Amino acid sequence: MKERGTSLESRVNVTAPQPAAPPRPTVPDRPQQAKAASAEIPVATRNFSLYYGAAHALKNIGFSIHARSVTAIIGPSGCGKSTLLRSFNRMNDLIAGVRTEGEVLIDGRNVLTRDTDVVELRRRVGMVFQRANPFPKSIFANVDFGLRLLGLRDRTEVEARVEQALRQAALWDEVKDRLDRSALALSGGQQQRLCIARCLAVEPEVVLMDEPASALDPSATARIEELILDLKRTYTIVVVTHNMQQAARVSDCTAFMLSGELVEFDETARMFTSPRQKLTEDYITGRFG
Amino acid sequence: MTSPAPCKLVPLVASGPSLPRRLFDRGSTVACYLAALIVVSPLALILWHVIRLGLPGMTADFFFHLPKPVGETGGGVANAIVGTGIMVLIGTAISVPIGVGAGLYLAEHGNGRFGTFVRTTADVLSGVPSIVIGVAAYGLVVVPMGRFSGLAGGVALAIIMLPTIVRSTEEVVRLVPRSYREAALALGAPRWRVIQQVVLPAAAPAVLTAVLLALARAAGETAPLLFTALGSRFWSVSVDRPMASLPVYIFDYARAPYDDWNRQAWSAALVLLMLVTVVSALVRFSIRRVPRR
Repeated sequence: MKERGTSLESRVNVTAPQPAAPPRPTVPDRPQQAKAASAEIPVATRNFSLYYGAAHALKNIGFSIHARSVTAIIGPSGCGKSTLLRSFNRMNDLIAGVRTEGEVLIDGRNVLTRDTDVVELRRRVGMVFQRANPFPKSIFANVDFGLRLLGLRDRTEVEARVEQALRQAALWDEVKDRLDRSALALSGGQQQRLCIARCLAVEPEVVLMDEPASALDPSATARIEELILDLKRTYTIVVVTHNMQQAARVSDCTAFMLSGELVEFDETARMFTSPRQKLTEDYITGRFG
Repeated sequence: MTSPAPCKLVPLVASGPSLPRRLFDRGSTVACYLAALIVVSPLALILWHVIRLGLPGMTADFFFHLPKPVGETGGGVANAIVGTGIMVLIGTAISVPIGVGAGLYLAEHGNGRFGTFVRTTADVLSGVPSIVIGVAAYGLVVVPMGRFSGLAGGVALAIIMLPTIVRSTEEVVRLVPRSYREAALALGAPRWRVIQQVVLPAAAPAVLTAVLLALARAAGETAPLLFTALGSRFWSVSVDRPMASLPVYIFDYARAPYDDWNRQAWSAALVLLMLVTVVSALVRFSIRRVPRR
């Protein structure tokens, strides 16, 4: 994309303006939110680069995400959206030959260091995948899985937390009578909401979603989008999407990526009406990608 | 002929496929059916033969009595049934933990040089003739103990079962979808929990199938037991003594010059066949899980 002649050097490392008046209800059961300024920027990167072997997949990415907002990452296939998303909870560790430079900050702390407890990181930064991937267990056991990891055994508390998570994921009413049935018997959209519930049960601070609705039909997609808007009152959400309308509908801020570079990062409303970069404009108007 | 305009449906030809194509289609189908039939026929023939010759001798006495001394008619295979049971249990108890562990190792970490070495070793081991494994168990257990024993027989069967279990476990564990692992890891599960709670349960039914296959094969092995458990005409349940087993019983009785013994060999073969079938069915049935809350 270099031949398009846009210098990106001046555009990286931008911090988006505060999203226009995001709702800020006080949530009593999440005490960590009362913390210092770093907690208001739960996710950020600085000069972050990632290599798959010799391939430079992410180039000098720098941006910050505000607490309790939805940030969409858009861009054509292969631009590094998912790779960036998976860097926040270090899921790229599973891939051999990945090397990183720079910093990924979660609550102000660089999580790329050797001494980072990846298990703890992933409890705080949950993830929902493109294809719904419930375990081949019962609905209850799926949500309970994370609670067991936390060492929660008390029956009443576990049941309460499972119900709460399923309610948050807007799935409770559909499954409350068949919690012991196999999760694989649910529809695709229900499975994806179950995966969201499973993720919420461990009460993460940040929820990463990798094209959460791309395998779903329009009505199931609409439910997931409603859910995202609902969840941002409590969680910080980063969602990768192929669908620009979806980005426009659900997100406060949007990051546009191309060939591993962060081309533009701005409030969604502004980016979709008056993008600063020619590349962004070409992409969102459908001229390429 | 001009090419049809775009966005216009071209009607299909109504006459259907040509004659040579139909003949070829029919011929291939018949050939495949024949091949399938040939695969099934040996098993059917064996079953039919064993049942026809073995069933008349299957009385209650045959199950519950010891072999009679040479020259007397009647007698049973009670000691051989129990002996086979004990030795297969010993073999399973040794080979399943080691085999599943090694299979997990190969699937999760076995991409290095040592993994390749282990994998090749397992493959070679599965190709070693069972009589050689009997000799090896003889050297490993019988010589140090100073006598033939059921334990030595169990060890020989364990060595026979091991490669099957290792390689099938590895293959099955590799087949567990990556998305399950990712889901568990993303929830903050340490790797050992992912393996214990997600990978192994997902692989369990297939591992079980592999274990049952190995077990069925081990239960019918004769050669490794000749050098190790030896066989016995008496009641033998101590694992440090020579032990009777169905395959050795069949071997002895089938080559004996007495018609009565030959008939009993057929009945013993039928018993062995039934035991293996019943055990596999029972294990499968009991493992069929109700989803847990």
